[in-house]
Amino acid sequence: MWNYEKRLQYPVKITRTNPKMAQVIISQFGGPDGELAASMRYLSQRYTMPYKEVTGILTDIGTEELAHMEMICAIVYQLTKDLTPEEIEKYGFDKYYVDHTLALWPQAAAGTPWTATYFQSKGDPITDLSEDMAAEQKARTTYDNILRLIKDPEICDPIRFLREREIVHYQRFGESLRIVQDHLDSRNFYAINPEFDIK
Amino acid sequence: MEDRKRPCRRELLDWINVVSFAADDTKLFLDTHPGNQEALKCFDALKKQRTEALKEYARYYGPLTLDTAAVSSDRWCWINEPWPWQEGGC
Repeated sequence: MWNYEKRLQYPVKITRTNPKMAQVIISQFGGPDGELAASMRYLSQRYTMPYKEVTGILTDIGTEELAHMEMICAIVYQLTKDLTPEEIEKYGFDKYYVDHTLALWPQAAAGTPWTATYFQSKGDPITDLSEDMAAEQKARTTYDNILRLIKDPEICDPIRFLREREIVHYQRFGESLRIVQDHLDSRNFYAINPEFDIK
Repeated sequence: MEDRKRPCRRELLDWINVVSFAADDTKLFLDTHPGNQEALKCFDALKKQRTEALKEYARYYGPLTLDTAAVSSDRWCWINEPWPWQEGGC
C-alpha cells in the first residue's frame, strides 16, 4: 500500500508561465521515457522478481518515480496556471486546451496519449533490468534535451534534480543486475530463467 | 502571544526535504548493499531527524503525513494547508 506525503520530493516554485515549455515538459509525465511509464514498469516487474534486494529496489525506485511524476505535473501546472485565451492561442497551447482545458493529462510532447506499450514487464530478470537501465538513460537524455531548451532558472532547478536521479537509479539497477548474475551460472547466465524455471 | 519557539516555516520545510531526501537515497543504497554498516548508521540517524522534523512541522503548520495528522480540534486539518503544487504549498 502507499501513503501520501503532502510535499514534493524537491520544491517546484515557478512564478512565470510558459505554455510552450509546458508542452515539451509534459512528455516526462506521459511520454515514452516519462515518469509514469517508469513507475509502472518497475512496480509491474517486481512481483515475480526472485531476489529480495532487487524486489526492494524495484519497489522503492517505482515509488520514487511517482514522486517525480508529481513534480513534473506541478511544473506543467505552474507553467500553464491562469492562462488567458489569447496566451493559449499565441503559444500554440490551443490543441491541448481544447481537450483538457488546463488539467493534467498524460501525453507525449507530440500529443500521443500515454500507453502501457511504453514499457515491458518480461518476467526475466536480466531482460527486465537491462530495460530498466536503458529506461533511466533514455529519461536522462530527455532531461538533457529539455535543459537545452530552457532558459528560466526556476524551471531548470527541479529538472536538474530529476536528471540526477536518473543517474543514481541507473547505478542501483546496475548493481541489481550484478546481484542477479551472482545467483546464476557464470558460464552461461542464460541457462535458466530464475523467474520461471526455479520453483 | 507569539510562540517564541515557533520555527521558520521555510527553513523547517527545507530541512524536512533535505533529511527525507538523504534518508530515501540511503534506503536505495541499502537495498543493494544491505550489510553496509556506515549506511545503516546513516539511515538510522536520518530517520530520527526526519521523524522529529515532521512532528514539529505538524505542530505549527499542519500535517504533511498521515502519522502526524493529530486530531486536536473538531475540524479535519489535513485539507487546510495548500497542496504541494499550489502557491504556498510544500
